[in-house]
Amino acid sequence: MAFGPFLFLALLEGTVMAAVLALTAIGLSLVFGVMRVVNVAHGEFFMLGAVTAWFVTHYLPFPPAIGWLAALLIAPLVVGAIAWLADVFVLKRLKYDPEATIVATIGLLYILQQTALTFYGPDARPVEPPFNLRLQFPWFGYSGYKLFVVLAAGLILLGVWAFMTRTKAGLVMRATQVDMETARAFGINVDRVYAGTFALGAALAAAAAVLIVPIQQAHYLMGHDPLLLSFIVVIIGGLGSLRGTLVAALIIGLSDGVISMFFSPTLAKIIATLLVALVLVFRPQGLFGAKT
Amino acid sequence: MMLKVEGLSAGYGNITILRDLSFQAQAGEVTCIMGRNGAGKSTLMKAIMGLVPASAGTITLNGKAVQSLPAHKVPMEGIAYVPQGRRLFGPLTVAENIEVGLLARKKGAKTRDFVLDLFPRLRERLDQVSSTLSGGEQQMLAIARALCLEPQVLLLDEPTEGLQPSMIQLIRDTVLSLRKTGMATVLVEQRVDAVLKMSDRVCFMAHGRVEAEVATGDLGPQSSLFRQFVGV
Ligand SMILES: Nc1ncnc2c1ncn2[C@@H]1O[C@H](COP(=O)(O)OP(=O)(O)OP(=O)(O)O)[C@@H](O)[C@H]1O
Ligand SMILES: [Mg+2]
Repeated sequence: MAFGPFLFLALLEGTVMAAVLALTAIGLSLVFGVMRVVNVAHGEFFMLGAVTAWFVTHYLPFPPAIGWLAALLIAPLVVGAIAWLADVFVLKRLKYDPEATIVATIGLLYILQQTALTFYGPDARPVEPPFNLRLQFPWFGYSGYKLFVVLAAGLILLGVWAFMTRTKAGLVMRATQVDMETARAFGINVDRVYAGTFALGAALAAAAAVLIVPIQQAHYLMGHDPLLLSFIVVIIGGLGSLRGTLVAALIIGLSDGVISMFFSPTLAKIIATLLVALVLVFRPQGLFGAKT
Repeated sequence: MMLKVEGLSAGYGNITILRDLSFQAQAGEVTCIMGRNGAGKSTLMKAIMGLVPASAGTITLNGKAVQSLPAHKVPMEGIAYVPQGRRLFGPLTVAENIEVGLLARKKGAKTRDFVLDLFPRLRERLDQVSSTLSGGEQQMLAIARALCLEPQVLLLDEPTEGLQPSMIQLIRDTVLSLRKTGMATVLVEQRVDAVLKMSDRVCFMAHGRVEAEVATGDLGPQSSLFRQFVGV
């Protein structure tokens, strides 16, 4: 293939990656921004989303398209509910202490992972894509579903943005993020905001996983990569900055796509990690983070 | 109608700051709290709001106990708070800060218009990010945000701290006009002239207690209580 089309293909792959990564990382960023909790179990919520999607499409007697749509609704709800419980029974009891919650979410990571291993098993299992459409470019064919993933992720992100800026619940979350004591003095039930934020963050990771699972297969260890990449994105973008998270996801996703295709996936990860190191040294608050 | 605090003890963690503290604030009156730095004035405001847990004593509003309510339920009873240092939701716009104030007691456009008529300068800046307001405008917004609750009791913690004279005058005029509406105002204030002009009663605090409670009419600028409790 000539250089031009090859670059085009790499950019396409990078865009798909960026879209899913943005969706996953925005959940992590939201949780850190509002609650000051570093959720090490975030990747496991992603994994649970994919595994739930497999259960839903496998056991519900629907054609692939309906089954997948059902999964896109059910998986975020199920995973959000699990996160809600984890908040109420674990994080709240630790009074959201920043250090204690890191340790607790590491514990949560292993609990969720081993639970998935027990009930789902060690195999990677495919989920049927909702439709099979091949787009024929002059130089190569490309999965129509992958482009649909970009569109769907974009729409969900737009929904998150509208929720945060246009709704009362979003306003309450932003006020709590700024100053939870004053938020309380204005009638905001901070406990409920925290539980809701943790659930929303997990639900977004689950939605990202449902989008990706027809491409990647569901596996109980699949949470590692999204966790690492989400952390990279959130650190580069600036902890708690949603705009920064989006921009960083685009940078990391595109560069990963291009470098993986032209050189190797390992080099892509090395460069992403180097980028984090550079940001931490020269701009520790991230590209869009506020100085503290 | 009144706010009544009796035998209140409260503090942070294991440290007790307020000890067996009692005072009352009546409707249509301004009750001033005076005391040296660290006397516990702000802690008292936070304890009334439920932000600092009470370990003993009662806080009642019109006879209803509020000290055992979760903090977010206290404002719903009609107690509004203007914290020391304003504590606006800085990255949020003026309009959004007002909106948060309206949420607690589900107030709507009427209340919003009332507070914006009170501070026309805020109406001109509704879309401005509140942390970029001038100090005086920020204080107006902090008061406006509290008034959005249409409270029965308004707690003001040093609302004129760090402001220039014309702005101080405006805040004082506002407090006096609110008194006429029958609101009970609790005002933490350090300046003797302001206290004499604005208040109906003065509570002098030291070491986490109200040591003296006096009708303002019985005080003069030279009163020894000021020297004893504020050091002027
Ligand atoms: N979050 C906190 N944790 C522990 N101690 C605190 C805390 N906040 C205040 N204190 C202590 O409580 C005491 C009373 O503080 P408070 O802020 O109530 O005083 P104040 O009368 O409002 O003083 P100022 O005039 O300076 O505003 C002080 O000794 C202070 O150090
Ligand atoms: Mg104070």
